[in-house]
Amino acid sequence: METKNVMIVGVGGQGSLLASKLLGRLLLDAGYDVKVSEVHGMSQRGGSVVTYVRYGDKVFSPVIDEGEADFIVSFELLEAARWLPYLKKDGQIVTNIQQIDPMPVITGAMEYPEDLVEKMKATGAKVDALDCLKLAEEAGSAKAVNIVLMGRLSHYFDLPEEAWQKAIETIVPAKFLEMNKKAFELGKNA
Amino acid sequence: MKELMLGNKAFARGLYEAGCSFVSSYPGTPSTEVTEEAAKYDEIYCEWAPNEKVAMEAAFGASLAGRRAFCGMKHVGLNVAADPLYTMSYTGVNGGVVICVADDAGMHSSQNEQDSRHHAIASKVPMLEPSDSAEALRFAKLAFDLSEEYDTPVIMKMCTRVAHSQSIVELSDRIVPERKAYEKNIPKYVMMPGNAIRRHPFVEERTEKLRAWSETSDINRIEWASSGDKSPVGRRVGIITSSTSYQYVKEAFGNAVSVLKLGMVNPLPEKLIREFAEKTDVLVVVEELDPIIENHCKALGLSVHGKDLLPICGEFSQNLLRDFLGGLIWGHDADRDPSLKVADQIPMRPPVMCAGCPHRGLFYTLSKNKCTVLGDIGCYTLGAVAPLSSIDMTLCMGASVSAIHGYNIAGEGENEKKTVAVIGDSTFMHSGMTGLANIAYNQSNSTVIILDNSITGMTGHQQNPTTGYNIKGDPAGKIDLEALCRSMGFERVRVVDPYDLKACDVAIKEELAIEAPSVIISRRPCALLKYVKHNPPIKVNKDKCVGCKSCMKIGCPAISMKDGKAQIDTTLCVGCGVCEQLCPMGAFESCQNKEA
Repeated sequence: METKNVMIVGVGGQGSLLASKLLGRLLLDAGYDVKVSEVHGMSQRGGSVVTYVRYGDKVFSPVIDEGEADFIVSFELLEAARWLPYLKKDGQIVTNIQQIDPMPVITGAMEYPEDLVEKMKATGAKVDALDCLKLAEEAGSAKAVNIVLMGRLSHYFDLPEEAWQKAIETIVPAKFLEMNKKAFELGKNA
Repeated sequence: MKELMLGNKAFARGLYEAGCSFVSSYPGTPSTEVTEEAAKYDEIYCEWAPNEKVAMEAAFGASLAGRRAFCGMKHVGLNVAADPLYTMSYTGVNGGVVICVADDAGMHSSQNEQDSRHHAIASKVPMLEPSDSAEALRFAKLAFDLSEEYDTPVIMKMCTRVAHSQSIVELSDRIVPERKAYEKNIPKYVMMPGNAIRRHPFVEERTEKLRAWSETSDINRIEWASSGDKSPVGRRVGIITSSTSYQYVKEAFGNAVSVLKLGMVNPLPEKLIREFAEKTDVLVVVEELDPIIENHCKALGLSVHGKDLLPICGEFSQNLLRDFLGGLIWGHDADRDPSLKVADQIPMRPPVMCAGCPHRGLFYTLSKNKCTVLGDIGCYTLGAVAPLSSIDMTLCMGASVSAIHGYNIAGEGENEKKTVAVIGDSTFMHSGMTGLANIAYNQSNSTVIILDNSITGMTGHQQNPTTGYNIKGDPAGKIDLEALCRSMGFERVRVVDPYDLKACDVAIKEELAIEAPSVIISRRPCALLKYVKHNPPIKVNKDKCVGCKSCMKIGCPAISMKDGKAQIDTTLCVGCGVCEQLCPMGAFESCQNKEA
């Protein structure tokens, strides 16, 4: 199988590490060669963060380059637009519609661009946008945004539901398991 | 058992399996997790040392005592530890010594982009270079064997992409070699001229023995092209590469090219490279940063491409190789679809000082007083970013304290009235103390501010000699900064709370005015530390706010303007109250004040 590329993007502190951990586990258990790459060091400081997940028969490069991503999973709308050039021509974006103002917007030096979902669609990208924060809160915790997004991503993956459930059980602490399973379902059925 | 493992964690696993029993390191991105992960094995003694030189010397001591020892650092850390390294090359080891150095091509988290292979060559120490987690684990074990067999420290060079990417590893059990007896050996271990003169030829012979080993070792391997030996344009292209560059080569060109993949980058093989070159029509060296393998090939008299085609600055990637080498390999440029883009300019999202960061109040005060600020390495380097724009200089660990002395003396009385040095608690312990000793000794009227946030912040919360805890989080010795500075002869040592803007202002004005060297300790723990209790978020009284933007001068990510009024992001605000002190209208209300 040709190598598939999933990018997970967001803002430092949003919980993308758990999402990449879950995907890594899922794909390893499914028998693929897997590489997961992240840049550490700035993750707590509100910067733009990106994680690369690659899987297939044999994966070489740990990074995904422009025009190579089959999926971009975004925790924040502006970040989806920032990383859009990395999407393949027929690639799929799964994005949270939450907006977090970056410093140039906070200081008033720049505006947060409007209608980004429509503008991304206009480039030809397939965009699946959903209010993950609302769904996560419905599941019981605003922190479950990552699992809501994974639930939504599972739509596009050719892997059985049980595989996802098993990966969640392995990754998530027992006391948060029910809440996260609910978040996964809400994302999946959104 | 198969596991998906971070490169640095796999390195730590290799240390464990190799029976390493002593680890001393100083944190530095992207090397930190090797030591943090090693510390999770109870069988390995692990510690954070005050700096890399101390760490390497401690590891050398453990080696003398007959144990396998390790120290880890980032590329610039090896500059600090270069002194013991260059002579440990002469003494050799008793128990094996492995050194991790992690380079940062692309400067994700560093102040320069130096290529550590130069240190391996200059110190004549062998260097291995893994290209994924499985190799990190395997090479770590091999490095100990080489160290003991050839009587040398061995460097393992990581890079950001190998250190911080996860790939699949297979685990084995830990095997601890018997502790070697220490035997007194003055000619080997006492490096005074008479002995060192005799050790130098040993080092040169060792390099040639290691080179002979590298000619046949399977860590240097050839992968021949599969498509009938020839590239699409009828040339046999051979690529010599190592580390993460190997992965990019395979990703970009697959089996269309032959590859000599080097796992050992010092010393470099000669016969193997010649043999490879003979069976290719075009030879290309693909290496990030400096042309070290390329120059080695040229010294062998080979015709080779390298930095004539590829950049010397920054990281590589598969697209970069397709763009720069596509013509040579395919006979045409890489054909890629144009990238998808929205028309809007996307605002940057740089890292910022966190909401509630104790450094913010201090830097605001320094900006307000128009101070010249000689800075150092740590989170507080972000004090250089707008709107604080406070820092004038950042060079290397400890340089703030050393440089202010020279700056003030050369300023002939002008500079000292408005200049401060700022340095974090961990960086001060690393190499700020010696600069402070110079001020105390040679008596410049310098004002040094120690930003004591009670942790090593930037690298992700490591303990240090001032925090009172060790790497495992257990109670440890705690150095008293005030007593330390006083014992050096500083009569003026004072502590301020950086959340208290008035107190900061008074302290800075007084210490700059006085004709004596002084230390201000700006003390408050990092707002991200788990034990730090946060106040409820600040509230904005919209009736009082006139939209003057005084609160925007501190660059707090929790404050923004909406419809001409300040607003607080309550998910970020920790109620530090710095903005409250800035507001001329009293529009910010902390819950505590309300209760009072």
